[in-house]
Amino acid sequence: MVNFISKYAGKINPLSLKEYKDRGGFQGFEKALFQMSPSEVIDEIKDSNLKGRGGASFPTGLKWQFVAAEGASEKYVICNADEGEPGTFKDQVLLEGSPMQIIEGMMIAAYAVGATKGFIYIRGEYSKEQVIFKNAIEVLRNEGYLGKHILGQDFEFDLEVRSGAGAYVCGEETALIESIEGNPGRSRFKPPYPPQFGLWGKPTLVNNVETLANIPLIISGGAEEYKKYGTASSSGTKLISVSGNVVNRGVFEVEFGTTLREIIYDICGGIKKNKQLKFVQLGGSSGACIPESLLDLKLDFNVLKKHGIGLGSGAILVVDEETCILDFIKMTTKFFNHESCGKCTTCREGNRHICKIIDRIIHGNGAERDLRLMIEIATIMKESSLCGLGQAAPTAILTTLKYFNGEYMEHINGFCRSGVCHPKGEVKING
Amino acid sequence: MDERKKIIEIIEKIGATPDKLIEILLAVQSLSHEHYVSEEQLKLIAQKLNIPLSKAYGVASFYSMLSTKKKGRYVIQICNSGPCYVSKANGIVKALENRLGIHIGEITNDQMFSMEYTSCFGACHLAPAIKINEEVYGNLNPQKVNQIIDKLIKEVV
Repeated sequence: MVNFISKYAGKINPLSLKEYKDRGGFQGFEKALFQMSPSEVIDEIKDSNLKGRGGASFPTGLKWQFVAAEGASEKYVICNADEGEPGTFKDQVLLEGSPMQIIEGMMIAAYAVGATKGFIYIRGEYSKEQVIFKNAIEVLRNEGYLGKHILGQDFEFDLEVRSGAGAYVCGEETALIESIEGNPGRSRFKPPYPPQFGLWGKPTLVNNVETLANIPLIISGGAEEYKKYGTASSSGTKLISVSGNVVNRGVFEVEFGTTLREIIYDICGGIKKNKQLKFVQLGGSSGACIPESLLDLKLDFNVLKKHGIGLGSGAILVVDEETCILDFIKMTTKFFNHESCGKCTTCREGNRHICKIIDRIIHGNGAERDLRLMIEIATIMKESSLCGLGQAAPTAILTTLKYFNGEYMEHINGFCRSGVCHPKGEVKING
Repeated sequence: MDERKKIIEIIEKIGATPDKLIEILLAVQSLSHEHYVSEEQLKLIAQKLNIPLSKAYGVASFYSMLSTKKKGRYVIQICNSGPCYVSKANGIVKALENRLGIHIGEITNDQMFSMEYTSCFGACHLAPAIKINEEVYGNLNPQKVNQIIDKLIKEVV
């Protein structure tokens, strides 16, 4: 475990500028503003090899470069604090404990890409964090860190808090933009991407909370220093949110290169009641279900990619033997069915049909043909859905069909090893 | 028309532009013990923001924290996402259903409690967790659920 981007959270009064500055806060911003040109800032971020921490792992410096390259006089920086991926509660720690670090990251981003206005979109469920941010913004305005002529320089930036209202899809950047505009959060067709056509049609940079929290530290310490954390392909640290059937649940900061086994057994103290681990879902409900045999996989973008797995938001859901794979998939697909915005056909209908097939199998009326049908629907969703929601929704289905095919076959034959389902009226096995 | 005045005040405070619609709807809904935005209120908001009623309704019905239907004084939201699911959230649902005599999606006869599922609200380290109005309750078991309901009933009486 390390304390790098989480070094302020819980250690300082989140609304004290003095305490934040005493521990190195705003050194990154001041260095950028006084000693670096916007393009030097972007180069530094590119050199740091920072990749987006919200789920898609897109290279941050490159995204900044796209926005900076646009000629428009009006541009926006948005912080995506719509942390809605089930099992993810890592941004909450930063939002509550270190709001000024995130704002500083936004300020550096605004300086680099040429924006003067920012928004932080915080999910409606985090009402406490919204209040903290409104207060932090007020403090920084009064101290001359937000507004016009910041620190006496020819740089202006101000920001507003916007609230979500309970929609998972708004974590997707174009849906989030729609929501800030006051519309239902339905994803847009892409391209054009937000760096060209974002909020109110203007070039817009959207970064996740944790991504932005890295920025001040990269700039103040330099990209080379930053790259000492992590692995060759994945620099830095990652906040992970561990939940499910483990002894210690919570948010931990680890270096890239840590294995899932170390996280579960060393950091989190193993499985509750010494039960057998069944699988780990990495990256939230849209993530892959990984069997015990792959626990030595490292948190590393390239290593995971070789196995066709994404790190996603860094949520780690640990599941023991008492959970039935099919019942779990039913719950997951129902979630996506509910959260689908309904705009594109493959996501709207795909989730609905997978729910129906799973129900059929659980009730003992399934056939092997149903498994092929599910793979077909899942593949179409993955390849042709409009946004990340529909593309990632069937990940858990495809990975469980790969690693736990036996359990699907058992249900088709009227048996549930966890005793959760009652196919063909079988008696419950585990009570 | 005290309520009308209050809503106009809210709109003026937040700003009468279409991008503020969600914030206004959340604020107006919080006025109501029944946790919903009525048709009359929607009409007024649409008129003040100069947007069609269909747009206001479209937004109010899209987001799960907004409702156009009456709910209980205490809205019990049970998380049914992965982390709470594997921590046996269905046992909590059963305990609540037995205690209140209603199912998910229903409201008690005295309009005190309504129950609904919700997606993850980030209390996974406390799973199984529920939310009652703004308050999060975690590490639950059926006994704790009963104690919480007892406490809420006493609060009102």
